[in-house]
Amino acid sequence: MDIKKPDSWTHLRRFTPARVALGHVGHALPLEAVLDLALAHAEARDAVWQEPDWERIRVGLRQSGKAFIEVQSTAPSRQQYLLRPDWGRNLSEGSKDRLDSQRGHYDLVLCLVDGLSGAAISENALPMLEALGAWLEHTSWSLAPLVLARQGRVALGDEIGAALGARMTLVLIGERPGLSSPDSLGLYLTYAPHTGNLDSQRNCISNVRPGGLSYAEAAETVRMLLYGAKALGKTGVELKPDVKYLP
Amino acid sequence: MPYSTTHRGLAHTFGDLKTLLAKATPLRSGDVLAGVAAESQVERVLAQRTLAEVPLTDFLEHPLIPPETDEVSGYLLESHHPAAFAPIRGFTVGELRDFLLSDEATPQVLENLTWGLLPEMVAATSKLMRNQDLISVARKRRVVTRFRSTIGLSGRLSTRIQPNHPSDDVAGVLASTLDGLLYGGGDATIGINPAGDGLKPVVELSTVLDTLIRRYEIPTQSCILAHVTNTIAAMERGAPIDLVFQSIGGSQALNKGFGVDIALLDEAHAAGQSLKRGTVGNNLMYFETGQGSALSANAHHGLDQQTIEARAYGLARRYQPFLVNTVVGFIGPEYLYDGKQIIRAGLEDHFCAKLLGLPMGCDVCYTNHAEADQDDMDTLLTLLGVAGVNFVMGLPGADDVMLNYQSTSFHDALYVREVLGLRPAPEFEAWLLRMNIAHDNRLSDSRGKALQLPEVFNAR
Repeated sequence: MDIKKPDSWTHLRRFTPARVALGHVGHALPLEAVLDLALAHAEARDAVWQEPDWERIRVGLRQSGKAFIEVQSTAPSRQQYLLRPDWGRNLSEGSKDRLDSQRGHYDLVLCLVDGLSGAAISENALPMLEALGAWLEHTSWSLAPLVLARQGRVALGDEIGAALGARMTLVLIGERPGLSSPDSLGLYLTYAPHTGNLDSQRNCISNVRPGGLSYAEAAETVRMLLYGAKALGKTGVELKPDVKYLP
Repeated sequence: MPYSTTHRGLAHTFGDLKTLLAKATPLRSGDVLAGVAAESQVERVLAQRTLAEVPLTDFLEHPLIPPETDEVSGYLLESHHPAAFAPIRGFTVGELRDFLLSDEATPQVLENLTWGLLPEMVAATSKLMRNQDLISVARKRRVVTRFRSTIGLSGRLSTRIQPNHPSDDVAGVLASTLDGLLYGGGDATIGINPAGDGLKPVVELSTVLDTLIRRYEIPTQSCILAHVTNTIAAMERGAPIDLVFQSIGGSQALNKGFGVDIALLDEAHAAGQSLKRGTVGNNLMYFETGQGSALSANAHHGLDQQTIEARAYGLARRYQPFLVNTVVGFIGPEYLYDGKQIIRAGLEDHFCAKLLGLPMGCDVCYTNHAEADQDDMDTLLTLLGVAGVNFVMGLPGADDVMLNYQSTSFHDALYVREVLGLRPAPEFEAWLLRMNIAHDNRLSDSRGKALQLPEVFNAR
């Protein structure tokens, strides 16, 4: 006798990423489905709690000759970071000093921020930078040193941009992990960054990862947004990515 | 007005009623974030002891948020019935807690009290109750609502199928919906959170679900959980809208953040009523709420998150809704940190809403950055089943592939029905039998095999 009862509608699986037609044992899920979910959850949990592989990032940046500054927020631990979003939006004292010493007149600063997924930075930050660099390096834009930020939220980029004297901040941040996307990277562009910027004053590109939005597509959208922001003098709800802004 | 107590010869004073309520609240991260939580365990218990002595009439005489500046407060006070309040008028908060647990507080007595209770009185009482108290009192208070099925009867537990899809793909939504129906789910509603904004997904998805419901003659109702202005616009265009959804909260400022006020909710309710699409009744509003939303919108007025949540229920009951649920673990660890806090909040929300006369359900859920997992959800689901919750969510494998969080699965609902002897809504139970899907909570092995699938699956 078959204890496990499969479903007769497994052919519907191709219409959705949802976990349909899992079958059942009694009223319960078959073990395979239970363990599949447990593994996906474990990957998402590890993405939240494990630090990005910063050493790999440093090595990669040195190899491509990029200067960088390392900073952290006022959240002293991962647990405090999760409990106090406000602490993740402010720079620690030492970090402010480090940025002040590099203050200048820049068009753009790129920030790698761990956010809620260390895996997103470890896996996707360098290839995303490479895709951006492919055209950024051929512009006359002045770029601030890259900033690597620990225990940060999106708004930490506002304080970073203001401290360095940058006209725009592009934050590359680990997004809240989903079960199928523990390593999703988000990109947030903010014009005239300063403490107190509203979320409605940013433009966001989400779900950048293998299997999601590609690096090249994300880079192209960033390009349209950057030129658009320069033309309009603002980012946010009024700015849409459009080829009309491109030079 | 300050409240005081003494402990080991020392006086402890709490500046006003909202401070006292906040300090008496069991620990949760959102109150710490707001800076209103007790600063020590002892201060918390002293606040509870002090709160127990507060007369219920204080809540009428000293509104936590002035009605002059907040229309929710205005409605809560104006809808309070002195006659219903009369039997408990002389009580303190502590005496109300004892009374609710006593044999004198029969289901009929609790029902008669409904409009005599202010949300803040109920919230205050819940702070003096342990989890078992929240369960045993809520269990006595059934709230029954009707549209095409009857939800909330004793011995019944219903589910909302939540067939969300990342791009609102019609075949994708229907695949999850059929999966849910074939697992005995969907008697509360088939309710989709659209991924897209605006009017289009409301019209398109409500039409798809209407066709499905009519084709298989399912005694259930659809809902597209879009902003209420889009639902009103869809109704004006003749879309087949069953339930009218909106997220709401416990202050005028929070509702402004949600883009609604009482006048707009009144308009939406009237528009839904005018369609007369219910067959066994015409309760049709569906509200979602959740602790922490007020603070995240900076609209909490210094109140603790559980008290302002209960005020949302006081507003919801103006509309005799068909369904209400708290989305308890969705908001994240800065408001409810772990399984313990989520479980407690789910039981509080269910208790408060039921006493206020709402058909309360719960999205038993968590996000991946909270300290919670499937075991915590099993615990809360089981406790809510014992407490008599009206409905829970049903998702394929518990995984919402659009909103990226975990709720309860179709299988979870089967589990809780099985271990507690609960059954679906009566009309739906008869349909499951007629369709050879389930008989006495037992799934049929041959279910689905003879099912004629909607055409959308053939086209691809």
